Parts: sequence; C-alpha cells; structure tokens
Amino acid sequence: MNRADLQTMAQREQEKQGKYRCRLLCCASTPCLSSGGAAVQQALEDAIKEQDANAEVAVVSTGCMGPCSRGPVVTVQIQGENDVYYENVTPEAARQIVADHALNGQPVQEKLLPSDLPFFAKQTKVVLSNSGLIDPERLEDYVARGGYLALAYALREMSPEDVCTEISKSGLRGRGGAGYPSGLKWDLVRKAPDDKKYVVANGDEGDPGAYMDRTLMESDPHRVLEGMAIAGYAVGADQGFIYVRGEYPVAAKRLERAIRAAERRGLLGSRVLDSSFSFRIDIRIGAGAFVCGEETALMASIMGRRGQPVPRPPYPAQSGLWGHPTLINNVETFGNIVPIIEHGADWYAAIGTEKSKGTKIFALAGKVENTGLIEVPMGITLREIVFDIGGGIPDGREFKAAQTGGPSGGCIPAQFLDTKVDYESLKALGSIMGSGGLIVMDDQSCMPDVAKFFMEFCMDESCGKCVPCRVGTVQMYRILQRITDGSATRQDLQNLEELCTMVRETSLCGLGQSAPNPVMSTLRYFREEYEDHINRRTCEAGVCEMTEVPVLELVEELPRRIRAAAIRNQ
Amino acid sequence: MQPPRPRTQREVVPAEHPSGDPRFALIDRTLKRFRFQQDALIEVLHTAQEAFGFLEEDLLLYVARQLKLPPSWVYGVATFYHFFSLKPQGEHNCIVCMGTACYVRRAAEIVAALQDAYGIEAGHTTPDGKFSLNTARCLGSCGLAPVLIVDGEVLGRETPESTLAAVNAAVAGMSPARVAVTSNGAEEEVDLP
Repeated sequence: MNRADLQTMAQREQEKQGKYRCRLLCCASTPCLSSGGAAVQQALEDAIKEQDANAEVAVVSTGCMGPCSRGPVVTVQIQGENDVYYENVTPEAARQIVADHALNGQPVQEKLLPSDLPFFAKQTKVVLSNSGLIDPERLEDYVARGGYLALAYALREMSPEDVCTEISKSGLRGRGGAGYPSGLKWDLVRKAPDDKKYVVANGDEGDPGAYMDRTLMESDPHRVLEGMAIAGYAVGADQGFIYVRGEYPVAAKRLERAIRAAERRGLLGSRVLDSSFSFRIDIRIGAGAFVCGEETALMASIMGRRGQPVPRPPYPAQSGLWGHPTLINNVETFGNIVPIIEHGADWYAAIGTEKSKGTKIFALAGKVENTGLIEVPMGITLREIVFDIGGGIPDGREFKAAQTGGPSGGCIPAQFLDTKVDYESLKALGSIMGSGGLIVMDDQSCMPDVAKFFMEFCMDESCGKCVPCRVGTVQMYRILQRITDGSATRQDLQNLEELCTMVRETSLCGLGQSAPNPVMSTLRYFREEYEDHINRRTCEAGVCEMTEVPVLELVEELPRRIRAAAIRNQ
Repeated sequence: MQPPRPRTQREVVPAEHPSGDPRFALIDRTLKRFRFQQDALIEVLHTAQEAFGFLEEDLLLYVARQLKLPPSWVYGVATFYHFFSLKPQGEHNCIVCMGTACYVRRAAEIVAALQDAYGIEAGHTTPDGKFSLNTARCLGSCGLAPVLIVDGEVLGRETPESTLAAVNAAVAGMSPARVAVTSNGAEEEVDLP
C-alpha cells in the first residue's frame, strides 16, 4: 500500500459512513461494559432491526468517551447536527433512543447528558481525539479519520533528523512522569552508532488509580502504533516492542489485531508504505510487577528476566535491549506524535504552559461527582479539574487533598487548588505529574492512613535488589502502622522523617527514590494529623481504630485490658 | 551454574511430552513460535499458566529444560511476578481491586468481609478448593470504584453486602446440584467452609 491507496481507502470508508443518516456510537470499554454496555449495544441493534432501519442507522462500538461513572454511554451522531450524549443507558432506553431520536429526531430527555457540561467543555482532546468516535478494532475507521497519513508524510517529506527536530520544537515531554524532553531522547538514540536499534512503548501502567494508557491502547491502538513507527523511522530502528500490563487483556488483544491489520495492509512490517523503511512491532505481556514501569527493569522483563533495574548510566539510549540503543517512551507520549507531525510543532507548542506543552490525560477518580478519563491542556488549575470537570465532591463534603502521581507522588491540599498543573509546579508542591492518576479525597480520608496505603504498596513492589528500598520501605511501613494503630511515639515520627530522606537519597531506581514522597508530602501539609495520632491518639477522619498504646504505657494498659476481658467473659 | 539433576524420561524426549497431556502441546507451540529463545521465558510461562491454571514444579522444570535455562532462573522469574501462581486456584475466584480509588472508597472493608465469611486470607484458597480470594493492584476501572472481578465478570460500585451476595451466588450458582436444593435463596443457604 502506498500513500494514494491510503487516501482511497480513507475516501471509501468516509463514503460508506456517509451513507448512514445516523450513527449510534456505543462505548465498549471496560467501565461501560461492566455497567451493562453489551446489553445496550444488543438492544440498539435489535431495535434497528425491528424498525427495519439497517440502511440508515448504524451501530458502532467505540472506545472510551470519558465520563466513565455515567456509563454505559451512547453518542448519537446525526449528519449535520451536533453529537448528543446519553448517560446510564439501559436496554429500554436504548430502544427508545432508536425509535425517538435516531429515526424521528426527538432526543430522549431523561438520559440526556447536557452538551454544555463543563466535563466536555473544559477538555482539549488531542491524544484522545479519536477515542469514542472510532471502532478500535477496524483499521478503516482510523484511516478514515486521517490515520497513517502522518506516517506517510514523515516517510516521504521528512528526514529522520527533521522528525527529531520537529518533536524537539514541539516541546513534548515524556508522559510517563519524569518529563524528560522527548525530542532530546529521540536525538540521542538517532545519533547512537549502532545498526540495530529498538523502540519500546511502555504500557506497564502500574500506578494504582491510573488507566490512561489502557484506555488509549483500547480505544485507539493504531495511533500508538503509528507513533511508534514514526519514532522507529526517526531513530533508525526496525523493531518495536509494546509492553502491555498483564491485567489488560483487552488492550493486548486489540493491539494484536491492530498490528496484524496494519501489517496486512503494508502499514507496518517490511517496506512500510512502499518505502525502504521496515518496522515490526511485537507485543510483550507483563506479568504484574510495578517496578517494570522503570525503564531498565522493563527492558529486563522484555528480555524474559526478573524485572530488576540496573544502575544508569549507561542509559537505554546508549545501551538498552540486548545492548543496543533503545528508545523508551510511555504509550501516551507515542499518542502525541501523530498530532505533532499532522499539525506541526508550532500548533502543538501553542497548547500548554511555557515549559510544559500540549495536553495531559488524567484519570479522575475518588470522591468526585464525575469520575472518568479527561484530557486537559497543561496549565489548567486543579480547581478547574476537580470542581468544574469533576463536578465537585459528592454528598456536600469538603475537599481535602488531591493525590497525583500514584505511589511516587504526593497529596496536594486545598490551599493549592489554584496551582497550575504542569511538571514544575507539581514538583514544587512535593508531588509529581506521574502517569496521570488523580485521586480526589474528602474529609473522610485519613492522611497517615493514605501514606500507609502507598507505603504498603511500595513495600510489596520493591524488587529487593537494593537495601535502602527493600528494608527502608518495611521500616517506614511499620512506623506508619504504629502511627495508625495508636502505639507510636514522638521518636517514631523523627525516625520516619530520617528514613524518608535516607531512602530517597540512596535507592537505586525511581521506585525507591520516590517511595517516601507520599509520606513526605502528607507530613508537609498534614503534620497536625500525624501529631494528633501520636499525642492525642485520635483520628479525626475516623479511619484508624487506635486500639494499641505505646510500649511504655503498656504497664498501665495491661491491667485495664485484663479487667475489660474479665467483664466481657462474665 | 546449573546443578546436575537426575535425568528423567521426560528430559530425554523433549519433543513430545510423555504424559500425553495435550496441554503440553500448547506450551510447545509457544516455544516453537519463539524459536526456543530464552528471552521468551515470560511468554512461555504465560501460556503454561493459561493451559494449566497454575505453575507446578514439574511444569517449571519442563520449561527450564526446553529453554535450556537453569531451573533456579525459571523459578526466580516465576516467583518474581505476581501474575504467576505456584499454587492451584479455587474453582471460583474473586479479585478485589486495591487501587487508590478503590481504597478511598473503602475496598478494604470488602476484603475484610470476604475474609471473615470464607475464613481465608487474601491470596489464598479455601481448603475444599472452591473459592480463591485475591487482590489486585489496580484493575483500571477507577471510575467504578470499588471494583472487583467475580469469575471473570467485572462488578463496580460494590459494598461488602453486595459483594458477599455476588460471591455466594457464584460459588453456589455454578454447581447445579446445590442450586436445586436451595432454589429459593441460594445465597443464604450456601454452607461456608
């Protein structure tokens, strides 16, 4: 297939879609499916068949549309009209939508999701621009929306150096969390002298509370593949790996299909789009280890070994997979490549703040009205995300903190709600951008308990290679456990702070270095809660049970307990 | 680096598994697809776990032999990753998500309720092999927190009570004899181990 064939294919598909007066888009991603999306789609199809409207109404199962807490979501696309969204659709409502809206143009009012909802209005869809509009299992759908044209353009009009310059100019930074400038990384790999190079997409989204990568891989797999192919061309690699978390079987299946479809059409594999560039992509399924999100550990895992990190340098850009230069980027970073090539670096650089360009996908969850997947321009304030897009805290409760960056991030308290969200300002607050989980907590969350939750996570996930992380996380967890059960002393708090610094400064990889972050940020903003737990043995949020006492007070406590037990037994 | 081990018949004839278990053919197919590359160890273990449900020692030795890797290496990889299980799983299982969003929405109470009801810790199976309780890092459906998977079906916005009802129904519902006896109120009538 060459560029002309690609355009013919797009045209043919557009014509085919244009034949339908109305298209019903039914979300088929995991959250909607688990709230009954499959039955809704079946009902839509049945209703269309009953009404004998197969020729004018089509049902398409798409990827995620965003408002996951309101699922199943259905979008009605009528030619020449704005898209209309329906929430919490039931099979009965689906039949009504077909009868009233699709055939007679009368929207069904009860389930209507207002189109001026801030949830949609405040978002800027760049990476997710296809998500929720195309069938992720069909290559034609993606091509009809201009898919693979960016790759064709890059192969024909740009040299590999041009591509790297373009990415540098766009100001794109790694979306995995650390925010390393992508263009710089690409250029390093491009310049590395080796005839075998690799491109790796990191889809091992281990942060609890984050599902951006999964949604991107499930909703628009071809965009990731196209981004990887452009990267392969830019750095001179002919083999790519996409590392998918073992917990995401649907994403792996869709990627697998997408790769096969693209290879069949000559969009991947040997001689891509009739050029001299060849690029194969293989999938590697992870097996459940958080540390594999770290790039050196991820490479070890791709090579079939235990996912234990190795010290850097050498960086993967010099010596990565099997000793060859390797470009590792997050799946979301690769999702940004197509729009940059398509619209140009200047267009992309116009979005966002001075140092953080473009958009960021967040998985908004926790105690907010509208949970779901959102894509916002960098520089938006937390308040806009939580209160406008998220719709505020349910049950009239009070906002307490927003947790970003998962176990490597921190909690941001209410006084910083007006901070702009970008790499630098989040770091200044003691948190990180991370991969994009954003968990909102209300006054029912106890901060030492939150810190304990993350520390338990890091303790379990520590790979055990370096001592500070392996032993330090266990000790910190024990101290936090004492704080939350009431048996901690002031000395414990001091030890905890010392341990935080020690683990941060001396651990081998990012997991250990950032493991103390949740503790440090909660200590910084919610110190009085820790002190209440220790001095007054109370937990204001009512989460911790505080049944223990400090060791030194056991002498007085024990007789009391014996008496209490005796009374209970009588 | 490889300790000498007594040779068994299986090791002499690696092409076809002498036990005649057709599931070994699945592993062999994956092995061939990756041309017996040692780097494919994780893929092979994935296939093995899918075919057998869990990785018993024999299976690990078989994989080690086929890939010409030291058994300690294979064992190390199999135990490093959470996904691989070296113990048999129960007939029915429930995976409770312990991600941050689910934690904020009190998933721990659900786990506690299930632990109490079935008398097992998370990550274990009841002695009769009927039910396994597992926890997951994050199932990536945070919008529906707390989330859990009962026998492959994703359930969202659960409470301890609704979970217990769903799990009891799954454990009971799958065995037709039990359902026939307790057709009205299968949930309550299940005798818990």
